[in-house]
Amino acid sequence: MKEGDRVIVRKEGKIYEGILMPERDGFIVLKLDNGYNIGINPEGAEIEVLEEFRSQEVRKEVLEERDGLPLISIVSTGGTIASKVDYRTGAVTAKFSPEEILELIPEMKELANYRGRSLFNILSENMRPENWVQMAKAVYEEIKNGAYGVIITHGTDTMGYSSAALSFMLRTPVPVVFVGAQRSADRPSSDNVVNAVCSTHVAKSNIAEVVVAMHHTTSDDLVAVHRGTKVRKMHMSRRDAFKSINATPVALVEYPSGKIKVLGDYVKRNERELEIYPKLEEKCALLKFFPGSPPEIIDFFIERGYRGIVIEGTGLGHVSAEWIPHIKEAVESGVLVTMTSQCLFGRVCDRVYDTGRDLLRAGVVEAEDMLPETALVKSMWLLAHYDLEEAKRLMKVNLVGEINPRSTGGAEFGF
Amino acid sequence: MDFKKLGLRAGLEIHQQLKTKEKLFCRCPPEMRDFEESSYQFFRYLHATPSELGEVDVAAEEEVSLRRKYSYFGYDSTCLIENDEEPPKELDRESLEIALMIAKMMNMQIVDQIHVMRKIVVDGSNTTGFQRTALIALDGYIEVDGKKIRIPSLCLEEDAAQRIEGDNFSLDRLGIPLVEISTAPDMESPEEVRKVAERIGEILRSTGRVRRGLGTIRQDVNVSISDGARIEIKGVQELEMLEEIVRLEAKRQLELLRIRDELRRRGASVGDVKEVTELFKNTKSKILRRKVEEGGIVLALLLRGFSGLLGRELIPGLRFGTEIADRMRRRGAGGCFHTDELPGYGITEDEVTKLREFMNAQENDAILIIAEKREIAEKAMEAAIKRCKEALQGVPEETRRAMEDGTTRYMRPLPGAARMYPETDIPPVKITREMLENIKIPELISEAEERFKKEYGLNEELARKIARSENRFLFERVVKEFEISPQLVVRVIEEIIPQIRREGAKVESLSEEHFMSFFKAMSEGRFAKEASDEILMKWCEKPENDLTEILEELGIKGGTFEELKKFVKKLVEERKDFVKERGERAFSPLMGMVMKEFRGKVDGKIVSEVLKEEIRKVLEEG
Repeated sequence: MKEGDRVIVRKEGKIYEGILMPERDGFIVLKLDNGYNIGINPEGAEIEVLEEFRSQEVRKEVLEERDGLPLISIVSTGGTIASKVDYRTGAVTAKFSPEEILELIPEMKELANYRGRSLFNILSENMRPENWVQMAKAVYEEIKNGAYGVIITHGTDTMGYSSAALSFMLRTPVPVVFVGAQRSADRPSSDNVVNAVCSTHVAKSNIAEVVVAMHHTTSDDLVAVHRGTKVRKMHMSRRDAFKSINATPVALVEYPSGKIKVLGDYVKRNERELEIYPKLEEKCALLKFFPGSPPEIIDFFIERGYRGIVIEGTGLGHVSAEWIPHIKEAVESGVLVTMTSQCLFGRVCDRVYDTGRDLLRAGVVEAEDMLPETALVKSMWLLAHYDLEEAKRLMKVNLVGEINPRSTGGAEFGF
Repeated sequence: MDFKKLGLRAGLEIHQQLKTKEKLFCRCPPEMRDFEESSYQFFRYLHATPSELGEVDVAAEEEVSLRRKYSYFGYDSTCLIENDEEPPKELDRESLEIALMIAKMMNMQIVDQIHVMRKIVVDGSNTTGFQRTALIALDGYIEVDGKKIRIPSLCLEEDAAQRIEGDNFSLDRLGIPLVEISTAPDMESPEEVRKVAERIGEILRSTGRVRRGLGTIRQDVNVSISDGARIEIKGVQELEMLEEIVRLEAKRQLELLRIRDELRRRGASVGDVKEVTELFKNTKSKILRRKVEEGGIVLALLLRGFSGLLGRELIPGLRFGTEIADRMRRRGAGGCFHTDELPGYGITEDEVTKLREFMNAQENDAILIIAEKREIAEKAMEAAIKRCKEALQGVPEETRRAMEDGTTRYMRPLPGAARMYPETDIPPVKITREMLENIKIPELISEAEERFKKEYGLNEELARKIARSENRFLFERVVKEFEISPQLVVRVIEEIIPQIRREGAKVESLSEEHFMSFFKAMSEGRFAKEASDEILMKWCEKPENDLTEILEELGIKGGTFEELKKFVKKLVEERKDFVKERGERAFSPLMGMVMKEFRGKVDGKIVSEVLKEEIRKVLEEG
């Protein structure tokens, strides 16, 4: 007896007939012919198999190449931009091949020819820096092999870290677009279609940067294109969770027209040569300061041989006075210590208050208006490619749009 | 009609909203709102591949393929869960409790572990694109006039958003818990259908925990006769119409079978479609001309042996031709003409003759024509051919919509197997022995009515009124706990409360506990019954106050009222002649005298009521 079998359950004179589903909390689960699942307490229940489950051959659609359409490469990392429900068992299967994605999002067919690459299948909270390196290398190869643009499907939880990492590692002449969904692809209301279609428009556009394309509002009207180093997931569940912090989005894409409205400067297609710098120093940490938090945590990272520490301080970029000697020791032992702020919005400035001035004297580097997560990824990248002094200097220099030299931005987008 | 002979079989599907504090999957209040109170709006598209829907109906496919834009209107009483922007909460336990109670009252087998499912619905009425629903119980029955009516299933589900107009939906109704009760097709006459519906309604209301009022209960009915087909009729709003709907549906099926027999006798068949635009080049028919001028074509379908049958009435207002036209409308066509109604509509005898000649039609043949853009015309003709071929077979299975006059119109084909999959965001609920033991089966309304007569000496009218009332349980609590006249309690609950509600008092701000202390004070003689409306109205304004404060504000203290009554009685008695002479006009001068004595002690309205009462008594003496 196995899942998918057609069975009869006899219990206390009652007879239930249906398809056997995966058990829940020790109960037998049956899918009845009316489509409903019910759980049956297995105590005193007898099961008889009526018909064994036989999996059906899935007919695969052959993808037709269309003349005159650009080649877009889809790299999947585990974000299920497309998935299908088996109504018989209720199982949701993620679909990665372009054929399958296009079968489920037929609107994409009209827009481009596609090449698919299933890199890995990882929930985004399980991503590690080594995965970012793999991702960068894969995208590099796709571009080298002629992709006009690259779409990376990714889980939303840590998408901002990945997009920041690729921003530093890749110099791309074509658009590299991260996309995901806040509502799973198995529901008719999923945001996957709008996000995927608009990300295709971005991948075909002139915006040759690493960006994130996700819903701009709760409606299905606009997708925002965020610079990969400036974007943060700011809501746990809403479609419009992704926001540009201390920056305006690069562009907005209208759905369904696909019209792109550019909002700021960007690197244009083929403005630069394809290059890759795929190294990261993984011994870097991001620490959140809180009132009363023990400074010994710094000592721990020094002892463990960490080379970079990014602190999420309070307000303009502060920690309590008792942290300062520990930070000083870290700096003296060759650790790159960078200060960001829990406020997220604004620019770190440690020259206003005494604590700040003490921090600067201790050797802390101000991260300007960078996101804490971006500062962490930047530390990893700088320490892998430069010596400490140069890394310290570059930390404060805008390399790939991670620092906005002027605090602009109207109230329309956050602050 | 002899329904037994016809082999009538009917079943019901009843949807009843439950009276709970919260919605089924979020903690929002299940309140219906005025559309004007909506505070925000957003819009979405729903995406589902037609293969997932498994529908052959073009219209259903259009729902997803045409990229229909649905707008939603939210309120301060809705949240991100209705907006499909936050995972649902666990199944509301109060709703489950009520569903279990109803299941027990219908002798059902309750499932051991309840699984919430997603039923795909892409007409926009659910922001998620599915309706959350759970099967609670199976295989029950109720008895009506000594006959067992089987109840195969009871489901607990969330109500859909309400369609305001077009593709605009209001989110207030979305998520209100409801039970869906399905009967087996065990009913054999329209009368029986009504009786079963009434009985189910009684059971539901007997719980005291279902919503009342317009739109809180909706019934679908399915009907078939021998050799006919199962027809589902949706959206019966009025219980009174149920019998008529079933009767007319049986008649419709019978007439369709008669048409079938006649067609077979004539050796009828569905012929070819030809384009006849040229024939109507110079037509006087405005409709045809307009359609052709707009770039349309005219198609004609030859129906061998159909003559006279297209115009035949099935039920009042519905001809066989209407059935065909309804199908064509679903494909986007405006309408059609057939030779049973021609010449007419500006189409001349000469044109009909030419058409008949062109189509090679014999005397017994009918011709159907349609003018539309080519694509629509062709699709509509396909639908017409299908319907006419079905006529040769008998009655086609379909879903129909109930109209206000009891007739029905074509809606869509019968849905295929429900597209359902598990709602993975909501854990299953184990039904424990304890939960089942805690369910107390309430007395049926009809039983309560009888008991109220015996136990409390209520007359027929009052017993009937209070037994059917939402406040039946309050009534019993009051008369059991306090020494008070049951008649008086019924009057306050069923007459005074509705009356002050009509006068604008917000009665819903008073809880059961408010009423309990009100009746307690009444039983203790702290105020007279004449003051009930004044007190309750004031209390509705200030529900946070306690009753003593309300009485003080109205100047009603223990004993004051008795004093007032005594005073008024004496005053009127002494001035009997004056009162008799002046009649009702005696009121003003006397009122002044009473107020002189009681100003500041008793509210003027109460004084006026007592005085009017006394004056009336004297006048009635004659």
